[in-house]
Amino acid sequence: MRPKDPRSWNVETTMGDTSLVMGDELATLADERDDIVVMTADLMTSNGLDVFHARHPDRFINTGIAEQNMMSIAAGIASNGFRVYVSTFASFASLLCAEQMRTDLAYAAMPVRVLSHHAGVSMGFYGTSHHAVEDLAITRAMAGLMVAAPCDANSIRGTLRATIDHDGPVYLRLGRGREKPVYQEVPLMTPGFFSKLREGTDLTIIATGIAVAESLSAADILAEQGTQIRVLNAAYIKPIDRDAILTGARETGGILSVEEHNPNAGLGGAVAEVIAEAGIGIPFRRFALPDEYALVAPPSHLYRHYGLSAVGIADAARSLLDGKSS
Amino acid sequence: MGSAHELDDDILERFRSTDEHELAKRAEWIRLRTIDLVEIAGSGHYSSVFSCAEMLSVLYYSTLRLKPSDSRWADRDRFLLGKGHVAIGLYPCLADLGFFPQSWLEDYTRLGSPLGDHPDMTKVPGIDFSSGSIGHNLSVGVGMALAARLKGQDYRTLVMLGDGELNEGQVWEAAMSAAHYGLDSLAAIVDANGLGLDGPIEDIMGIEPIELKFESFGWDVESIDGHDVQQIRCAFERPNPDGKPRVIVARTQKGKGVSFMEGSPYWHLGYLGPEDKEIAIREIQSRTD
Repeated sequence: MRPKDPRSWNVETTMGDTSLVMGDELATLADERDDIVVMTADLMTSNGLDVFHARHPDRFINTGIAEQNMMSIAAGIASNGFRVYVSTFASFASLLCAEQMRTDLAYAAMPVRVLSHHAGVSMGFYGTSHHAVEDLAITRAMAGLMVAAPCDANSIRGTLRATIDHDGPVYLRLGRGREKPVYQEVPLMTPGFFSKLREGTDLTIIATGIAVAESLSAADILAEQGTQIRVLNAAYIKPIDRDAILTGARETGGILSVEEHNPNAGLGGAVAEVIAEAGIGIPFRRFALPDEYALVAPPSHLYRHYGLSAVGIADAARSLLDGKSS
Repeated sequence: MGSAHELDDDILERFRSTDEHELAKRAEWIRLRTIDLVEIAGSGHYSSVFSCAEMLSVLYYSTLRLKPSDSRWADRDRFLLGKGHVAIGLYPCLADLGFFPQSWLEDYTRLGSPLGDHPDMTKVPGIDFSSGSIGHNLSVGVGMALAARLKGQDYRTLVMLGDGELNEGQVWEAAMSAAHYGLDSLAAIVDANGLGLDGPIEDIMGIEPIELKFESFGWDVESIDGHDVQQIRCAFERPNPDGKPRVIVARTQKGKGVSFMEGSPYWHLGYLGPEDKEIAIREIQSRTD
């Protein structure tokens, strides 16, 4: 953790140690190659990119609080052969800058990576203006935009490495940097693939973001009760891993999707499309935040309240399994 | 500069033409070709092209360093058409210079054509960045100028904006950042024709005084008559002061060159009937004979 004024406790509520990996990983990548530029809109001390700034100040650009300008500037820089990493809160990246992302990054096929951090309701009591529960719906409807969702520190590193040479833009849905560790080492995060974190035969949980760690814990709870749950980490939402979804449906006979997002058109929507188009009727449920604006509370309180917890996910899985057997 | 590209025959060097009569004639040719292309599409932005025809002529036939045989050549000057609906006036120039085959123009806007109302960089050689959503391109130009600095390249970045475009907030974010970063390879050109789709800009959402606004944002400012080829040429050639972006506010007339379009808001988007088309062509041709 970088030094901070010990009298300040507010910082603790919005960021944690894993947020530092992003700046460190990018700085390390930039040690090796000269085509990396990192940008932020007055948030480097929130998203940990001050680590990059300290190591490569000549390739760090701060636009001030002007996110749309940042997106379009990134496009201009990328048009000259750079890989540009822009960073801001997910609510601003996906909603305020949706059009710049579509028109200047995706339509123009620019290799810009959108580090969209504090997604979901991880801004807690900052409220709806700072929540991003619509971003998967928005971004996965943009042609030419890859959508990744690393779930912990090591998978952030893995995703940054795996996508560095991708020719088009990438949207990285990131949490607030306090995610529980899922991977003990840096995994290969091959674009377009879910990763199977736990084998099981009774049900498949497809989870993304913070829901991955909670789903693994939910699987532990259910295992004690004799139910074997397969857990897939939806590390990429677009392109979606059709094979993993259909194999899970075929081999386990039921699917539960879990995400920190509005229930409409996010991960669950993407999974439902694959299942429906394959013509297979299986027990299926989207487990997400409700279709309403979230309450304010510290993030951990919100997750508990909305059931995005091991217990909540285990309950949802059990009710799906009960329906399956009846 | 002293770089190898000076020896390359394919390169069109900067400031290559000083023949103002030829450049003025080329502007009239752009007007005529625009009328031809609108005929294919069935509607088009005549008057928006006509207000900047002289500037497009000077940019592509004198000011910009270009390489038509290699449209992605790293050291080319960049030109961004913020007012992307004027692409119809730019396409004939790009075809004429050899960026793409003349035959592409025959299918302008037809199914599968690379040439739409707004320019698409992924389809059209010679387009340095896509546009269409007014207000983005000055930011993109800031990025290109920053990239030139990062790579130590000497290309210039010129961005043409409409005056109505200045109503967009992102333009002023870009203006603020260009001055903050001290981008002296960047120039903005405002085609101040005074009219938007719904009428006079000063009635819809006033933007004057344009010059003072940019000046207060830290830009070097020059105001010119945007139909005077000599003034345009000198303004486009003049280098930026060290450490400052530069804006050229070109005072123009919307629909310039066709009497019944001049100063009229009705031809922002339109389609000339056969008789009016003949009148328009005659008026334009009378100045080139």
